Amino acid sequence: MPQYILRRLLQLIPVFFGTTFLIYALVWAVPGDPFAGKCGQVACPPAYIEMMTAKFNLDDSIFVQYFKYLGNLFTGDWGETFNGVSVGELIGNAYPVTVRLALIAVAIEAIIGLSAGVLTGLRGKGFLDNLVLMSTTFLISIPVFVTAIVLQIVLGSELGIIDASVSEDATIGELIVPGIALGSLSMAYIARLTRTSIAENRHADYVRTAVAKGQPRSRVVGVHLLRNSVIPVLTFIGTDIGALMGGAIVTEGVFNINGIGGLIFRGIQNREGATVTGVVVLLVMVYLLVSLIVDLLYAVLDPRIRYD
Amino acid sequence: MTDPNVAGGVSSVDVASAGVADDSAVAHKPRSLGGDAWRMLRKRPSFIISAVIIALVVLIAIAPDLFSSRPAGFSDLLHANEGPSADAWFGYDNQGYDVYARTIHGARASLLVGVFATILTILIGSVVGIVAGYYGRLVDSLFSRVGDIFAALPFVLGAIVILTTFNAPGSNPGVVTIIVQVVVSIAALSWPVAMRIMRSATLVAKQLDYVKAARGLGASTPRIVFRHLLPNTVAPVLVYGTIALGAFIGAEATLAYLGVGVRPPVVSWGVMISDARDYFRVNPHMLLFPAGFVTITVLAFVMLGDGIRDALDPKAR
Amino acid sequence: MTDELLLEVEDLHVEFRTSDGVATVLNGVDYSVHAGETLAVLGESGSGKSVTAQTVMGILDSPPAVVTGGAVRYRGENLLTATEERRREVRGGEIAMIFQDALSALNPVFTVGFQIEEQLRVRLGMSKKDARKRAIELLDIVRIPAAARRVREYPHQFSGGMRQRAMIAMSLALDPDLLIADEPTTALDVTVQAQIMDLLAEIQAERRMGLILITHDLAVVAEVADRIAVMYAGRIVEQADVTELFRSPGHPYTEALMASLPRLDLKGQTLETIKGLPPSLLNVPPGCPFHPRCPRAESRCETERPALHSLGFGRVSACHFADEVVSGRV
Repeated sequence: MPQYILRRLLQLIPVFFGTTFLIYALVWAVPGDPFAGKCGQVACPPAYIEMMTAKFNLDDSIFVQYFKYLGNLFTGDWGETFNGVSVGELIGNAYPVTVRLALIAVAIEAIIGLSAGVLTGLRGKGFLDNLVLMSTTFLISIPVFVTAIVLQIVLGSELGIIDASVSEDATIGELIVPGIALGSLSMAYIARLTRTSIAENRHADYVRTAVAKGQPRSRVVGVHLLRNSVIPVLTFIGTDIGALMGGAIVTEGVFNINGIGGLIFRGIQNREGATVTGVVVLLVMVYLLVSLIVDLLYAVLDPRIRYD
Repeated sequence: MTDPNVAGGVSSVDVASAGVADDSAVAHKPRSLGGDAWRMLRKRPSFIISAVIIALVVLIAIAPDLFSSRPAGFSDLLHANEGPSADAWFGYDNQGYDVYARTIHGARASLLVGVFATILTILIGSVVGIVAGYYGRLVDSLFSRVGDIFAALPFVLGAIVILTTFNAPGSNPGVVTIIVQVVVSIAALSWPVAMRIMRSATLVAKQLDYVKAARGLGASTPRIVFRHLLPNTVAPVLVYGTIALGAFIGAEATLAYLGVGVRPPVVSWGVMISDARDYFRVNPHMLLFPAGFVTITVLAFVMLGDGIRDALDPKAR
Repeated sequence: MTDELLLEVEDLHVEFRTSDGVATVLNGVDYSVHAGETLAVLGESGSGKSVTAQTVMGILDSPPAVVTGGAVRYRGENLLTATEERRREVRGGEIAMIFQDALSALNPVFTVGFQIEEQLRVRLGMSKKDARKRAIELLDIVRIPAAARRVREYPHQFSGGMRQRAMIAMSLALDPDLLIADEPTTALDVTVQAQIMDLLAEIQAERRMGLILITHDLAVVAEVADRIAVMYAGRIVEQADVTELFRSPGHPYTEALMASLPRLDLKGQTLETIKGLPPSLLNVPPGCPFHPRCPRAESRCETERPALHSLGFGRVSACHFADEVVSGRV
């Protein structure tokens, strides 16, 4: 098991450097004037340009720039926007909201998805099964932003159940509907994955053995069947957490949530290089960390992986 | 589907059996998996429905003038924001455009992006995946890490960065340029999924006895790849490709909605949805019709992909 | 031997309802097992030997399987008409079953110890500590070395033979009176096969358990069985003491099976096979199921289904010409 963890860590390191460098290069290395529009309608004064160039190491080669940047990151200096606002502070204000939203979305999608999947997987063909199949196919097909807009309109403007926009410091209650929109796609996937997994494992030999042993049905399903069937589902949920923490740009945009999604979108529009790279580095780290945890989770759940 | 990378994750096709013919019966013609699959598919109502929808959408994309007498640019400000009527089946938008005409003409851009993005993704993913799977070890590690690097980027985020990097706000790229950029962005972020599918299919196929036998007999690498490995990997890639096509059409809509994808004067469903964003209260049909078309098209591809996967699954026979 | 009668399967009929039609999988099966006795049920794939056992246990997949007639009497009680609760009690507690592939039959995500202790804790209410102790004892009984360590390991960490032993240990946890072994050694090496068969024989003798051994392997049967029931196309075609059966088979199918065994003293000659295929169960023809492949077949075999004809001393054979078949060999 320790070798497994070590191996995965070693695999993650080059990926971290690769991804962050890729983004850094995309943001800073592309030809063009990085200062366009920074000083209003007029071109920026030479003194300003000189100061900024020094600050952002723009005279160095892209590789040197990158490593200096990383060096700063690891000492806690996430840089500043062109206006001197601390990127670290911006992120610190925005990320907690995104995390809350992501966790709410995961909770909703897991609860509904798992329940639907278990029920239909056990029962087999029938009305409920067809209903779940059709609705999940439908949910998978609708782009998330359409779901978000529709929910916002129907529940917000038309029925008045929620506010169309989320307040400055969003509470959990306010984040439920955005959470539903954000999680709708994954919820459909979880339901189908669970259903397939249970339907397949239902006829497995070890289930037959458990029945032949005279174990009560509640244990055959609840312990033997479930424990095996949820493995792929739990690992999917794990990866989804990582993906959702990656910022729900679209959902946050529709509901006006001041999370990381909005932050980075504005950063890209305004060509705030420091903000963009800072956010992406953070998101990549979170994603890699979460995927490592998911791999460990997989090993915990399935002993066959552990003793490879 | 905002994240097409989820599309490849749930395939359960048994790759090893996918290419093996069933030769147990002596008396009649050997039934291949493909033949059986086609027979099964033909009977399924969901397959028929999705095939019809897709055929219709393709037709609309190829020959929009068959369906709409008005060009996409037709505009009559006098009727702005009117609802559906006999004259304009989907009504008019806030600038007086005929929503129906635009929806019809918009199919082409949306479909083109989807098709080309899928082809490119599968091309890149397949080549890298087969090479990684076949040669293994160092080559495999290298390519897998490269794939991981691209996979670590969240889709929407990565696409926005790529597209705005190459198009500073305010610049005005040509139609072809922008479509190419969108296609490349989607493919650049999605190829790792295709690669993983191909790679695992290749790994399984490599272990098959008859492939080992072919290598033992000294068959050349291209021969092994084309005649033995590739046929075994077609099934999962086909399923992925179908569903990915749908996902990419959705992705195009999402990117257009965010303002970084296809943009005016090109009309696509995503562009229409983006334009409709602020006018929903006044003019709901302006958004709902293109959104509906996107949803139904994606739905058709997802159902098709599901149908193909079930038909090709030897366990379900 | 007046050992008590444990199990009596009486005229069992089972159908499988599929989209291709209704398959008559069991077409009138009768056999019985006494305490301390080993009954081998011999037959090829599709003969219905496993389905019979599963019907006894009540673990058939139902749909598509339907029991359409007959009785399964355990110590006189008809299990087919018993409540589900009672059937569950019987499973594991009185009649236990072990399966062919221990790797897939054991749950891969739980330790072997957990799976054995589960029986003791859930069904007998034992404490965790006692259950653990007893599980280790059971593993010792089936001769798994280092049982105390092994009890914490997972099935995939065991070798094939050890896994099968573990499954046997699990089946003994509740001290059943009857053990059904469905092809327990088919997936194992020949040397390991012998060890497992020895183990089964030993355990059975010690506990005076009844043992139903389902197999398609004649060699295994010869070593271990007291009586043999030969099945073909969902029916019993012959039942006899093992020595009698091998000395002079009483049914053409059994004859053909014996003849197809490779023999060292007939080196260099072509192996005998039974020409043709077993009949489709979807469309059961009247008459004897074996007649298309039978060298002795006559016109009445096509239309008249042979009943189990008594050959004396408890021997039966479902053939119109059973007497001739038996005497033809002696």
